[in-house]
Amino acid sequence: MSDLTFELPGARSPSAETVLTVDRLVVEFKSGRQTVQAVSGVSFSVMSGETLGLVGESGCGKSTTGRALVQVQPPTSGSVVYKGQDLGRLSHRRLRQARTKIQMIFQDPISSLNPRRRVKDIVAEPLNIWRRGTKAEREAKVRDMLEAVGIEPDAAGDRRPQEFSGGQCQRISIARALMADPDLLICDEPVSALDVSVQAQILNLLADLKAKFGLTMVFIAHDLAVVKNVSDRVAVMYLGKLVEVAPSDELYRSAAHPYTEALLASIPEPDPEHRSEHKALSGELPSPLNPPSGCRFRTRCPYAQELCAEQEPPLRDIAPGHQVACHFPLVGGPSEGPVDGGALGVEPAPA
Amino acid sequence: MSPLRASRAGEPTFEFADAAQPGEPLLVVDDLHTSFRTGRGTVRAVDGVSLTVDRGRTLGIVGESGSGKTVLSRSIMGLLPPRDVITSGTVRFAGNELTAMDQKQLRQVWGAELSMIFQDPMTALNPVKRIGRQITESLRLHLDMDRKEADATAVELLRSVGIPSPEQRVRWYPFQLSGGMRQRVMIAIALACAPRLVMADEPTTGLDVTVQAQILDLLGELQRERHMAVILVTHDLGVVASRADDIVVMYAGRIVERAPTHTLFADTRMPYTQALMDSIPRLADPSGVRLHAIAGRPPDLIHPPPGCKFAPRCPYAQEKCRQSEPPLRTAGSPDHLFACWFPLVNGVSTAPSPDGSSPGSPPSAVVPATPSPADTAIDPNAEVRSP
Repeated sequence: MSDLTFELPGARSPSAETVLTVDRLVVEFKSGRQTVQAVSGVSFSVMSGETLGLVGESGCGKSTTGRALVQVQPPTSGSVVYKGQDLGRLSHRRLRQARTKIQMIFQDPISSLNPRRRVKDIVAEPLNIWRRGTKAEREAKVRDMLEAVGIEPDAAGDRRPQEFSGGQCQRISIARALMADPDLLICDEPVSALDVSVQAQILNLLADLKAKFGLTMVFIAHDLAVVKNVSDRVAVMYLGKLVEVAPSDELYRSAAHPYTEALLASIPEPDPEHRSEHKALSGELPSPLNPPSGCRFRTRCPYAQELCAEQEPPLRDIAPGHQVACHFPLVGGPSEGPVDGGALGVEPAPA
Repeated sequence: MSPLRASRAGEPTFEFADAAQPGEPLLVVDDLHTSFRTGRGTVRAVDGVSLTVDRGRTLGIVGESGSGKTVLSRSIMGLLPPRDVITSGTVRFAGNELTAMDQKQLRQVWGAELSMIFQDPMTALNPVKRIGRQITESLRLHLDMDRKEADATAVELLRSVGIPSPEQRVRWYPFQLSGGMRQRVMIAIALACAPRLVMADEPTTGLDVTVQAQILDLLGELQRERHMAVILVTHDLGVVASRADDIVVMYAGRIVERAPTHTLFADTRMPYTQALMDSIPRLADPSGVRLHAIAGRPPDLIHPPPGCKFAPRCPYAQEKCRQSEPPLRTAGSPDHLFACWFPLVNGVSTAPSPDGSSPGSPPSAVVPATPSPADTAIDPNAEVRSP
């Protein structure tokens, strides 16, 4: 099997605890003559073996962040450091090598698989590209991996993606992503196109594979209930910025940002007696072409004050491992009073 | 007279009228079957479904992909193509038998009396037509409005579904709107002619949870205002839990449980319904907790298993379940129907435990399935159908 594993030249030993450090990440897109900032200075880090959830509405920049992590979408500024290597500074060849260790799973499992190829070829492709192992070794690894994701290799290997359901296609995508023995798996809305029953299967599978292969994960989704289930820590994103970062259970118990509170309130509970005490969010995400002044959430925030329009709240610590970017966080009552400005939302998440 | 009206002049006119008997539900579906002829065989997508919807009420239809819920909603509407489709059973809507109408007559009903909100607003809207035009189309056809009146109504409709500055937005194209806004436009189109019943097929799947809450709240508000009935088709029990009056759970083309929403959640009888509920991640659970996934997949509808269709995935399945199909029946309250030989009682199965013993009784050689206390109260002929 050793022939099939990828060794990354120049990578630091695995004793380094932080797998990924993202610092002041900015991603801009040209839109006609204007520039849209999809990601506006996001900083966080992911520890080895951890699952970091990244949650927010459509258009908040969470998928762009995920794509910028693997440099599919080159960042405009800021850095993505993977095990001591600044991915933005690597040569094309080195970057390709580094990317074998960072794999992605996408939202639409059916369109992310080539409809004209057989399942076993799709899954074998990472090994074929890197010419790892002998033909027999590659075939054996494909079988093992398909079995690991719950696909019967004999029955499924020669079939094509269209013959499978969405959940099965997502399993095949996961098998393909794991073929290159990645350390870091970036899952971009992997279950939002699936039924709740299939969603549960895939989430359980991801948890099993994470334990089996010792993976670190970044899990991107809009559903906080799903994100909370899989993540150790959750980062909440709004209009290109992080507004709150906290351990999952703490985020649920004591959400400090009004936006997090609204996200929690919008999740449908399978209980007819359940009445959310929080009001659902009104309005839509403002255009990132012209973001609101000060706090970007103030236009939809039920607690917004004058200060919120004037000054942008920095991301600051309110408890160990719990950061929030709000002038009036919901901890200990809705009004805690303004705080002194600090660095503007650029503090990397503490270890 | 508008060109639209002129083109229809001289045709025999069909006027839809409410012909329901007093006390008759708005929609009565009786023993509906829909099958598709395919190269591999006949797919029984809807296999004997009966249900009713009262005026102004909301019925939730819940099931996984492939359970037949979408085919059911299209069969009720009469939207399936005639080719290679075999249907039987009746659909009565406001006293009229939809299943006996031809396409021309159905066109008078669609949009005006019975309308549909589709899952994907981008593909359901016409990409090259301004959204205003897409709303006024049905107003002019069904309500015979002139252009000016229809335009003004379109603006009002957009306003009522919460679209800001509707005077400008009527001139926009679908691509200029976000997913949530497009779904609001779909709702505006569906409600334009004040239908009696709206069929919403996964109206919020693919939307953000925040937008989902907004859209469902909006639909509920408009429903109360207009006293419409709504059928909400979804795979997510969480979506219908606080919005539907009654819920039908479908599996493999059949209804496996039907009850008023409160009863369904408080007194779940069918293990499949319970499994669907358990598979939803709950916010209150600690993170990292293992979800209760339902093993396996829904059965092949060309060669469905004998007996209970859920038996191959059911943790409590017995020999009896694999051999004979349980009828839809009641126990206790007459409006709670379920199709299970060993229904749950307070969340616990009444099936004998795996070693062959019945609950509470000493282990013994294979005992014939002992009827539970809940079962004994059942009339053996109680294969109940909706009134």
